[in-house]
Amino acid sequence: MSKAKKKVKVIKIDVDKCNGCRACELICSSFHATPKYSSNNPERSRVRVIRDPLKDIYLPVYAGEYTPAECAGRNKYVLDGREYSECDTCRASCPSRTLFTEPDSGLPLKCDMCDGEDEPMCVKWCLSKALTYEEREEEREEEPKIGEMEIGLEALVNRHGMQKVMDTIARLSKKG
Amino acid sequence: MANAEAGFNLEIDLTRGNIERVAGDPNLAKQYLGGLGTNAKILYERVPPEVEPFSPENLLIFGTGLLTGTPLPSCNRTVISTISPQTNLMAYSMMGGFWAPELKYAGYDKVIFRGKSPELIYVWINGDKVELRDASHLKGKGAVETQELIKKELQDPNVQVCAIGLAGENRVFTASIEQGRSSASRLGIGAVMGDKGIKAVAVRGKKDVNVARPLELLQLCHEVLQYVKDREDKPVPNVMPILAGLGSPQEMLHTDEKWHTENFSWGNSRERRKDFWTKEVEEKWKVVQENARTRLISCYNCPMKCGAIISLPGMSTYMMKCFTKLTYNMAAFVDDLEFGFRIAQRATEYGVDGFSTPQIMAFAFELREAGILGEEHFEGCPDDNEGKFYWILDRIVRREGIGDILADGTHWAALKIGNGADAYAHNNIKKHEQLPLKLGMLNPIYYLMYCTGEKCNITQIEGQFPQAPFATMEEREEFVKDWVHVPDEKFKKYVLDWEMRGENSNPYYPTVDMSVDVVDWQEMMHYIDDAVGMCAGMSSFPLKPPYHIHNYPLIISAATGMEMDEEGLKKIYRRIRNLVRAFNIRRGLTRADEKPPEDHWRKRFPELEEQLLDAYYKFKGWNNQGIPTKETLLELGMGYVSEDLEKRGILSYE
Ligand code: SF4
Ligand code: SF4
Ligand code: SF4
Repeated sequence: MSKAKKKVKVIKIDVDKCNGCRACELICSSFHATPKYSSNNPERSRVRVIRDPLKDIYLPVYAGEYTPAECAGRNKYVLDGREYSECDTCRASCPSRTLFTEPDSGLPLKCDMCDGEDEPMCVKWCLSKALTYEEREEEREEEPKIGEMEIGLEALVNRHGMQKVMDTIARLSKKG
Repeated sequence: MANAEAGFNLEIDLTRGNIERVAGDPNLAKQYLGGLGTNAKILYERVPPEVEPFSPENLLIFGTGLLTGTPLPSCNRTVISTISPQTNLMAYSMMGGFWAPELKYAGYDKVIFRGKSPELIYVWINGDKVELRDASHLKGKGAVETQELIKKELQDPNVQVCAIGLAGENRVFTASIEQGRSSASRLGIGAVMGDKGIKAVAVRGKKDVNVARPLELLQLCHEVLQYVKDREDKPVPNVMPILAGLGSPQEMLHTDEKWHTENFSWGNSRERRKDFWTKEVEEKWKVVQENARTRLISCYNCPMKCGAIISLPGMSTYMMKCFTKLTYNMAAFVDDLEFGFRIAQRATEYGVDGFSTPQIMAFAFELREAGILGEEHFEGCPDDNEGKFYWILDRIVRREGIGDILADGTHWAALKIGNGADAYAHNNIKKHEQLPLKLGMLNPIYYLMYCTGEKCNITQIEGQFPQAPFATMEEREEFVKDWVHVPDEKFKKYVLDWEMRGENSNPYYPTVDMSVDVVDWQEMMHYIDDAVGMCAGMSSFPLKPPYHIHNYPLIISAATGMEMDEEGLKKIYRRIRNLVRAFNIRRGLTRADEKPPEDHWRKRFPELEEQLLDAYYKFKGWNNQGIPTKETLLELGMGYVSEDLEKRGILSYE
């Protein structure tokens, strides 16, 4: 694989500045609606705020990779006297929970950094500056990019098995 | 159904335990928007004037605003409407927080309760699945505690719960409904909830909220956010800090309380302490507040941070906002702010209004001092001010001994106690306790708002227009320069010509007609906010807010797809205003009720005051008793109201 310059997009999360407003959730789901911005539903957001106000826990977490199996253990972190379960800080769309799965289809969600926008929408709507955005150039080996559809398909294959998915696609294409 | 609406209401008959999902009337939004507007419509049609606050026929409506749940920043209000046990008129308290958006995502615009549950229950609205659940294990539990217990029980931290505490269960007339960092506190709606046997309403929603013209709405939202950012760097000059910025008064952020502590009255709204705010107090209070406050927090989809998490050693954590920080200290004459934070924790768990309740407590001790309430009522009461207040709070909320009488508020308590007690219930409007504010010279604009504000709460009707004249012409010019919010250029002239002294000063300037104009504008913005579900802190309350009469029609239209222009929106405002008025008139509200507390201003002008009220009624299209005329109602397409008022003999054929 060849080396290439790559833009690395970084969202910096300053947990102390989060006021728990969930604007990030709302606008992410709105951005990804079809047509764009035509509806919103935080349940479809690719960033979720883990909130427990009375324990002063305000933690925006971004949807990362899909994982077919849940972790064997569930560790706990204590940060600044506040207790987080490992799942609180985990980005995976994972079968152990509904976080980062589409409420209708059950397919995994993943943050795509608002592909096509100058600035991620969640950052733009976070006026408290808990979320800020940076771009860095880095030399990297180029990897083939996995598209959203592929991630979705992989999840379906993991859940239902390759054969069933193939059969379904074959059936759907006949209908079409 | 308009876009932005869920299109369905939940109708819950508590007596029979029956739950129905009913399609909303698709034409109502065009006439009344949503929130307060449609709540009022339902109350008018379904709650005749004979119905008492605590009768099963009284409705308790939890309404979302028309635009709540859309991306519109700060549009998160829950409007709760019912009949107030205190005023016997329509109550429509609101709360911010997260509850109303969640209800929209669950697929409902409103939850309408009728009847009474035989046992204490809580309601669990989980999208399409709705159940009434036993709440006997929550009986007597704190309002904050209850929310946490229910979240745990339902095993979902994203459930939004509003709950009453012991005060609501015991039908204390100042009982609130608490929810996270917010509460709907005024006019005793928590007592109605308790009377209906509802401990809490828990909601979880996973559905979409649609908007009609997405890109247009997004653009308008971005303009609002940009404006909020710009405004942060550009506070309004030459006004007090709490009036310079956006949001609810930033009581959790600011520690400088010179203005409140020296201008508002202490005790039972009696005494101003004009040299209270010393360096020493300032330093102490700053430390206390910063220690108590762990984080500044926000409501749903709002960039402001009006609330705070309050955590002090030895007591459970709670959330606070606004002026409650000071009301207990000032009522009790306690100079240590920590007392305020601590007693407010107990009061929040009990679920009581932080404006009225401290005044009831101070009222009780005044009556004791005056010998009107004998010592036998205070057996076991500690001697120190802090101890006394905790003691009486417990009595009131538990309705024990004298607390049972005090729990109905100062007006009704004074009637029961007799013996001249009514002179001590001196700070009420329409039987409801007001902010502890006693001033010198009558202000004609405020006079009208105090008299006619249907919500009986000045902060819920003031805003937009400066509270006092600017000292110099330069300051006035500076102020009107970027004042795009005015519905008409004439308002700028009112500000430019308004002087601190001389001919063009209070009480004769602004003139009667100008005062009416200003009040109508301020009211209009509040009514629109209450109907779309907008936080007053971002619209009707502060000077130069992001929302105003010029961008609202565009926003409403882009979100809902309804055609809307300024004239159309103004007409809707007038419709809602008249409906609320007619509802209250039908329940017995009269011109004689429309007056500020006798001692609110030292200098009063009876003749001018009559002129003001006459002009206001006339401007509204009401007769000189404050009753909407048939003509006005017909012009607004409200023949059903004029027919009803005629049938009841309230309006006669002209
Ligand atoms: S928008 Fe910012 S402040 Fe609001 S919840 Fe998200 S991260 Fe926190
Ligand atoms: S960067 Fe874009 S896709 Fe990712 S969470 Fe933020 S809004 Fe959603
Ligand atoms: S301005 Fe304050 S009270 Fe209003 S919605 Fe925002 S955080 Fe809540």
